[in-house]
Order: sequence, then C-alpha cells, then structure tokens
Amino acid sequence: MALFNLKINGKTYKADVDANTPLLWVLRDHLDLVGTKYGCGMAMCGACTVHVNGEATRSCVVPVSNVSNATITTVEGLSETGTHPVQEAWDEVDVPQCGYCQAGQMMTASALLAKNANPSDKEIEEAMVGNICRCGTYHRIHDAVKLAAAKMKK
Amino acid sequence: MSTNQSRRDFFKTSATAAGGLVLGFGWFSSEAFEPGVLTKAAADTIDFNAYLAIAPSGIITIYSPNPEIGQGIKTAFPIIVAEELDADWSKVKVEQSPLDTKKFERQLTGGSGAIRHSWERLRKAGATARAMLMEAAAKKWSVPVSECSTSKGFVVHSSGKKLSYGELATDAAQITPPTTVKLKDKSNFTLIGTSVKGVDSKAILTGKNLFGIDYKREGMLNAMIQRPPAFGLKLKSFDATEAKKMPGITDVVSFGNKVAIVGKTTWEVMQARKAVKIEWEKEKDLESSADHDRIFKEMLNSTTATVHRKDGDVEAAFKNAYKVIEAEYQCPFLPHSPMEPMNFFAHFKGDSIEMAGPSQTPQNAQNQIAKMFNMAPEKVSIELTRMGGGFGRRLNTDYAVEAAELSSIIKAPVKVTWSREDDTKGGIYRPAVRYRFKASIDKAGNITGYMLHGAGMNAGNATRPDNFPVGAIENTLIQSNDHKSPITTGPWRAPITNFLAYAEQAFLDEVAMAGGKDPIQLRMELLEKAQKSPIGKLTYEPERFREVIKLAAEKAGWGKKKKGVYQGFSVYFSHASYVAQIAEMANVKGKPVLKKVYAAVDCGIVINESSAQNQVYGAIVDGLGHAMYGNLTFKDGAPQQDNFNKYRLIRYNEVPDIEVHFVKNGIDPTGLGEPALPPTGGAIANAIFKTTGKRLYNQPFAEQGATLG
Ligand code: FES
Ligand code: FES
Repeated sequence: MALFNLKINGKTYKADVDANTPLLWVLRDHLDLVGTKYGCGMAMCGACTVHVNGEATRSCVVPVSNVSNATITTVEGLSETGTHPVQEAWDEVDVPQCGYCQAGQMMTASALLAKNANPSDKEIEEAMVGNICRCGTYHRIHDAVKLAAAKMKK
Repeated sequence: MSTNQSRRDFFKTSATAAGGLVLGFGWFSSEAFEPGVLTKAAADTIDFNAYLAIAPSGIITIYSPNPEIGQGIKTAFPIIVAEELDADWSKVKVEQSPLDTKKFERQLTGGSGAIRHSWERLRKAGATARAMLMEAAAKKWSVPVSECSTSKGFVVHSSGKKLSYGELATDAAQITPPTTVKLKDKSNFTLIGTSVKGVDSKAILTGKNLFGIDYKREGMLNAMIQRPPAFGLKLKSFDATEAKKMPGITDVVSFGNKVAIVGKTTWEVMQARKAVKIEWEKEKDLESSADHDRIFKEMLNSTTATVHRKDGDVEAAFKNAYKVIEAEYQCPFLPHSPMEPMNFFAHFKGDSIEMAGPSQTPQNAQNQIAKMFNMAPEKVSIELTRMGGGFGRRLNTDYAVEAAELSSIIKAPVKVTWSREDDTKGGIYRPAVRYRFKASIDKAGNITGYMLHGAGMNAGNATRPDNFPVGAIENTLIQSNDHKSPITTGPWRAPITNFLAYAEQAFLDEVAMAGGKDPIQLRMELLEKAQKSPIGKLTYEPERFREVIKLAAEKAGWGKKKKGVYQGFSVYFSHASYVAQIAEMANVKGKPVLKKVYAAVDCGIVINESSAQNQVYGAIVDGLGHAMYGNLTFKDGAPQQDNFNKYRLIRYNEVPDIEVHFVKNGIDPTGLGEPALPPTGGAIANAIFKTTGKRLYNQPFAEQGATLG
C-alpha cells in the first residue's frame, strides 16, 4: 500500500492503494468516480478512457503509480453539468442507447478535439476506432464529434 | 401474464403519507395501491395513478416501470402518458419504478413487447388524469366541462382563462376518476412521433452512477466468482490459503460448483482470485466445435425430428418437381457481450433480502430468490438500475440469484461483478444451429414444396414454423432436432430469427435464381398468394409485408442499374413488425465491400422518432457485426474466446451508411428493439453473392473473405 495524491478534475484526491492498482479501479472503488467504466480490462474497448496530461488513455491498464504526478480528467471533469461542447453535442445528437460506452467515447473525442479543432473523417476514425459501442451508435458518434468541433470553433 | 379487463379499469383510493389524496389504478391486480412506495417523488407530489403524479409546482412525475436497457423505454413510456395528459414535456420528470408486482404487470424487457403490451393502459393513465383535471377546473369556474380543453399543461376555458395542472392537482385528485375515458385521436398527437431526447441522457453524459456496476452501499463488499472454466466440469476441490492472506480479502467460499472471492475492492479481489488453486473434474461430455459438426450431421440425417408444421405433401411435391434446390446454413454460438458485464448487489438480512442491479426480468429473479430462501416474494426487494446493454443475456437471472446466495453465505452486503472473461465464458449463449432447406419449383419457377429442418444445440425448436414463406406454399414441412449440450444457451436479441432469417432469406434467393425470378418478384408473388389463398394458418399480414418491400425497393432504387453497385435484398417479420433491407456492395479487387444498407420498417406508430432511428441503426450494426465476426468456438468444453482481443466486435470504421424509413400507417405500435436485426444477415449474404458469385452458407462471413468499409 502507498498513499497517492492524485490531481483529478482540478481537485486533489488521496488514495491509499497498492501501487499496481489500475487507475480505473482507483477511480471507481476508492474515489467514487464511477463515470469511468470497466469493459474489458485490457485496452480493447475504450470504456475506461480518461485524459492523462491531455492524452486519451485507457485507465484499465495504467497503474496508479504511473500517474501520481499527472493531470487527470474523467468524464465527471469534462463539466459537471454537461456544458462541455462534446457533452452538449452528444446530447443534441441524442447519441446514447444503453449509454455505458459513452463516457469513454466522449473522452476520446474531447482529447482529439482539444488537439485538432478540425479533424478530417479519417482522423476521427483513427481516434474513435478504439472505442467499442455494443449498441451500435457509431453513426451518431460521428455526427456528434462533427457537431462538437463546430461548437468549439464558436 | 394476461390482464383481466374488468380489473384494469377499477380504481382505488387511499390516503398518502403526505396527507393528500392518492388515486391508484388497480389495473394490474386486485391489490390496493400502496402509497409511499415511490418515495423518491417530492413530498408534495400528488399521485394520480401508478404512472403519474403532479406537484402543485407543476412538475409532473411519470414513473417508468420497465427496465431500461438502451431500447429507450424509459423515455417512450412517459411520452405516451404525457401525450394523453397533454403535459408540457419540459415539466415532466421520469423516475424508474422498482419492481412492484402489485402495481405493474410485465415489468420486463424482452421480446420487443413493452410498448405493444402497455400502449392502451399508458394512454388511459394519461387521459384519465387529464379528465380529472378538466373536471376540477370546470368546478372551480362553475362551467360545463364541455367548455374546457387542455393545452400543454393547462386546462383552458373557451373564454380564454386557464389554470395550470399544478394549480389544479390538489382539487383534481378529489374527483372520482371516470370509468371510461376518451383517448386522443391519433392525428392530434403532438408529442408521439416527434424526436425526444433520452431522459437519462444528461446523467449518462456527466458520468452519474446509473448502472448496476456503479451501485454502492455503506459497508458493501466486492466479489468475483470463479465458475467452471469449461462446460461439463464441476468443482473438485480448492485451496484458498494464499488468497485469504492477500490484502483486502475477507472471504473465499464455495457454493454450487463455484468459488467466490470476497474483499474490499474489485482489484484486490481480482488479484486474490489468481491465487486460489482450484481443481475441476469432469461431470459431462466436454464438447469441442468439431464434435458439434458431427452432431449436426447426425441430427439432420435422423428420422426422429419433431414436426412443427405440415401442409400438403412435401415428398410428393419433391418427386414431381421440375427442379429441387437444397442447401445447408450454419451459425456458431454467440455470447451477448453487453458493454456492462453481469453484476448484481445483494444484502441478505435473514428474513428478507435487498437486491439491486441490471435485470431484464426482475420478477423472475424475485421469484427464484424467494424460492431459494423459502421467503415470500415480497421479502425480496429489487431496485432496477439502468442496464449497459443486455441483448437477451439479462433475461437469465443466474447472476442475481448467485449474488443473493453469496450474500446469505457471507452474511454481508456484496456486489458480484463479472470480468469480461467471465461474461464471455459464462454461457447462456445464442445456440449454434444448422438448417437444411429443400424446395421444389415448377417450370415457371413457382415454389411447389418447401422443407426446413433445424438442428440446434440447446435451441429447443430452432425453427419458426409459421414464418413466411410458410402460408404461401401448398406443401411444406417444418421440423427440428435438438441436442442437449452441456453448453448453456438462452435468448439472444431476436431469438432464433437472428440467424434463421438470414438462412431463409438467403435460401429464397437461391430458389429465385433457380427459377429465373427476381428475388423481390418471387417474394411479392408469394405474398400475393398468401393473401389471396393462404395455406393453413397465417401469422403475418401479407399486405404490410408488401408495403415495406415496396418502400425499401423504391428508396434503394432496386433493379435500377447503378454502376459498380451490387444489391442484396431481405425482408422479415418478427415481434409483430415488418422490416425490409437492401444492402449495397462494391467489388474492390475481388472482395465484397459493404457500402450502404437501406431499411424500411413497419412498427406501427413510431413513439419517439430519434430513439426509433437509433434502434434500427443499432440493430443493423449488431446484425452486421455478428454476421461478419461473431464466433465462439470450443475445445474440450472450454470457450476459446474470452475478451475483445479474440472475440471481435464491430467498430466505428466498419459501419456502412444506413438509411432508415418508417411506414406511416397509424397502426398501434409494435416491437422495435429486435425486428431490424434479423433481416440484416440475409441482405448482406445476398449482396455478397451478387458481388462475387459466391454464396456464404456459414457465419461469420469475415472468415470467408468478406470485408467491411
Ligand atoms: S476497460 Fe479499458 S479499454 Fe476496455
Ligand atoms: S450505447 Fe450501449 S454500448 Fe454504446
């Protein structure tokens, strides 16, 4: 066990956990940030995506000791009330079906848009291909990424 | 679960905890309405019936009884109530009801039946409250009710004066509910048929704890369970000495051929699980995929098939045929792979138990758990969480029952979470099936005889004996065999038809070709025949069938030469809805590449356009993804795929353009969660044939050279 001070969503959280514990389970079990989801535990589905220093990162395979000094953003930190352009776009396009994958989808999309305000379809595809949506909302995810990009330009 | 009509319109009155009057519909049972169950509603909220309450502030709470799995029911049900109430949707808030068998009937998600089943009663719930509000206003104004109308949350008098529903709620609740109530003319719907965003969207998009896996309670432990790694094995012994010493671990216990590892956090439990040494022993046959191949052959050659339907004399038809066409189609076992793995919370308290989690059939879970503990069902409470998909998996209650049992053993509140590997290897699969078809045609290409023989692995009856083209052919024989396999199976989105539709629709294409007919022409002729002179029992309406076919053909420009575009057609009737699809492919260096899918859907009245579109897109993507990639294979009883690195799901870059059209016919709504899936495999297989000249008889297609995107 070791004590970690984690910078998440602009706050500092303390977690006394084994250094190998994946960030995903620290968020979910210790810090009550359950918006980040478990889907596969092996970086294959994207449900657990968070930002680590602005990079879309699969938190299920990142030991907490690797991110002890990093700036971490989870879906709860995009905005608490849903006012981030990506959240707004996801709402307007009415993307979710079951909704389970969508936090991860939005985290991947928001990391992309933060770096590339005007991504091509190919660039969107390259970013989003790592996120599975079992309900098949891919068309709407595409539309929502486009809409979010447009919103961010304003 | 049928509803007694006389009870359905029976009203009951009782006092609320808050002191106001509650009017409860006793529609769903003869039991009294129990106030105070829906404790989450504001204290000053006045319940009008099981479905809705109005607060003096004007906020309308609509209770949604059925579990939400992503099919949009939690939004669709309230839309129907709000429509008849004439509520202002922006003032409506929706709450998920817990399992309450006294108040609600059919609190389940499955069979695309929720809307179909509840349409009438939801409308009545809204309309009755509206009538009471109008009467209360008329009394207040001392005018005849006939001079009153409603609009967006107000009762309006012909003079122009108006009162909001909130202002009227207290008085309206005193009114004796009318025994009969006039429902809106469908042409006056203002909310039904529009696009309404999912009521949970905001919570989903801000990461709130909605799902079972997010569930937490004070003092709750976390558990994972090691189940037999192969079907046919049972627990021999285990040694948890090391595991028990590991940090955070509170217990390692075994029950029912499983070993449960219990501890403070999920990760600690996952680590300790690896340290438990378990020995398994053989209990039943350990089947491999190669065995299944042999067993299929034996079943299809057996003379002991169960006959499900027989019209005329199919053998005579085959004997006198101009041509006989024969083919076999096969599909593998499939896991459901919902994004949220199985999980359930349980807190056993001796003479009662509290449960919470994602279930498509909470009532079944309640009954089974009650039985296990020898308790009355009321002693088992179940809170319904949102479900991260299910696709039929959560119709089985194994994972809830198991959590209940574990809680009773360790005497603590516990949440059992399945890893992805557990979820994929845990069984209750879509059964593997092989079909043999045989059809005879005359010189003109008309079908004279039709035989379907289904062979399933724990599939029960792998056929749907009354499905089209049955009913349009004089001589038919539909029969099946089933193999009792240790591999467990269960419903998978559009049970049986998720593959049968592909096989039937592909085979019909083969028959059309053999008879020199256009595939759509052949189906239209058969449907015309079924309409004019049906053979035996007809379970589908040929006219509605033909309408979706025409719509799809028109939208996709069927038969109009488009350069480099190869089209495949398919149509299916399931869950009371009709869906036609046309897949378009290109030939890219000899490989068939899917470009677009057109869908024409008749599900009667569309409740929520946005959600309905989403469902159809999703069902097509689902049908496509599993037809292309889905394959669970076995070696000595053990599933060979356990996570998304080996079990491939369709991804973002692999979906084609999709264009969806709904038939607008004003017919009462039918199913939508499933019906758009069955036709997809057939449309694609038929388009692949057009593109390459190669007929695919087995799924998954990707293993036979087809590619996407
Ligand atoms: S849970 Fe991390 S990628 Fe699937
Ligand atoms: S919305 Fe259900 S998995 Fe994406």
